[in-house]
Amino acid sequence: MLAKRIIPCLDVKDGRVVKGKNFVGLQDVDDPIKLASFYSECGADELVFYDITASAEGRALFCEVLKGVASKVFIPLTVGGGINTLDDFDRVLKCGADKVSVNSGAIANPDLIKNAAEKYGNQCVVLSMDVKKEGNCYKVYSKGGRIRTDIDAVEWAIFGQNSGAGEIVLNSIDTDGVKNGFDLPMLEAVCNAVNIPVIASGGAGSISHFVELFKSVNADAGLGASVFHYRQFSIKELKNELKKNGIEVRL
Amino acid sequence: MIAIVDYGVGNLFSLAHSLDKIGAECQVTGDFKIIQNAEKIILPGVGAFGDAAKKLKESGLDRLILNQAGEGKPLLGICLGMQLLFDRSFEYGVHDGLGLIKGEVRPLYEISKGLKIPHMGWNSLHFCDKNPIFRGLCEGDYVYFVHSYYAKCGEGLSATTDYGGEVTAAVRKGNVYGVQFHPEKSGETGLKILKAFAELR
Repeated sequence: MLAKRIIPCLDVKDGRVVKGKNFVGLQDVDDPIKLASFYSECGADELVFYDITASAEGRALFCEVLKGVASKVFIPLTVGGGINTLDDFDRVLKCGADKVSVNSGAIANPDLIKNAAEKYGNQCVVLSMDVKKEGNCYKVYSKGGRIRTDIDAVEWAIFGQNSGAGEIVLNSIDTDGVKNGFDLPMLEAVCNAVNIPVIASGGAGSISHFVELFKSVNADAGLGASVFHYRQFSIKELKNELKKNGIEVRL
Repeated sequence: MIAIVDYGVGNLFSLAHSLDKIGAECQVTGDFKIIQNAEKIILPGVGAFGDAAKKLKESGLDRLILNQAGEGKPLLGICLGMQLLFDRSFEYGVHDGLGLIKGEVRPLYEISKGLKIPHMGWNSLHFCDKNPIFRGLCEGDYVYFVHSYYAKCGEGLSATTDYGGEVTAAVRKGNVYGVQFHPEKSGETGLKILKAFAELR
């Protein structure tokens, strides 16, 4: 049976893994290659890297980091951050990424999803969405959650699937960093609307949040950042608990 | 030396590095001489069947691979590379494969009704035949799959995985091996498989 995936997410800035805390500033966490190897050895099913640098130097450094990780870690790597064109896809794929996630780039140019899927295959294109609740519906935000769009999240997910995205990362702005659990109603709304794998992101604060996620929503994977970076619990502990609850995991 | 056939399809970075990691000498190449001189051949592949089959044919690599496999050289097809070993595929039209193993490649939804497509993630292996590249593995070991089409084997089925039904995970016919999953992305288990292939005699 297909296992539910546990995916640590590494934000990389100027060649280091960083993490925002309480929405102010960024804290230095670790060396990306060291941390990626550690997670891989501890049972992570996949790794997601976001390039959050803006400068050209930072971008070149990110490619070096990615090459370093890809030559040492043999699990799938998804890369996002600043992906706006097919050239951006090319750049990170050549450094060893397996999947490329698009967010603001696809909002600005929705054809990017289709063009990338035709060139690299659906399995390579991940649609990452930052979503916030508004009344009875969910809206998509761009530019790292800073700019509200008029796009409905469920419709955007369906559009992404129909354009050739092979997977969706759903990040809830409402629960992100709150550590009070995943945004189950939002995840459910999107999961029920598409037939491609969905990675839930935003709000993981404890092992029970992951159990709750997989018990109540048809998500394929759970993403976490600070819970893993700050060693609140290990991936192994998390997976053991999931298994105890009858959830299929790779141990 | 293992030749990783480069015919312009997919990302060969991880595959080359995983062979480095297990200490197997390899070369990513489309050069006929190098492939002829290699001890083993890996046929990788990501993307659409039709496009890949066309590229193999246009470069003449299809005939070279058939000839090398015919001489008994170990050949390992990975993912789309495995699918190319079969007679034909029904992915966006009908396309001929290499015909090294009897069978055809069909849409996965025929088996995995109601499940998400692509079949993406870690799934467990169930062995149904002895296969030397699975030396040291245990029943139920997990490997990483990403695919939307499956091989309906006419012969040589050696492992399956469960995704709404039995899905071909690996085939073998003599010196011709194929795996639907990505050993280069399957952690320790995947490295064991590559090592066993590299050490075949």
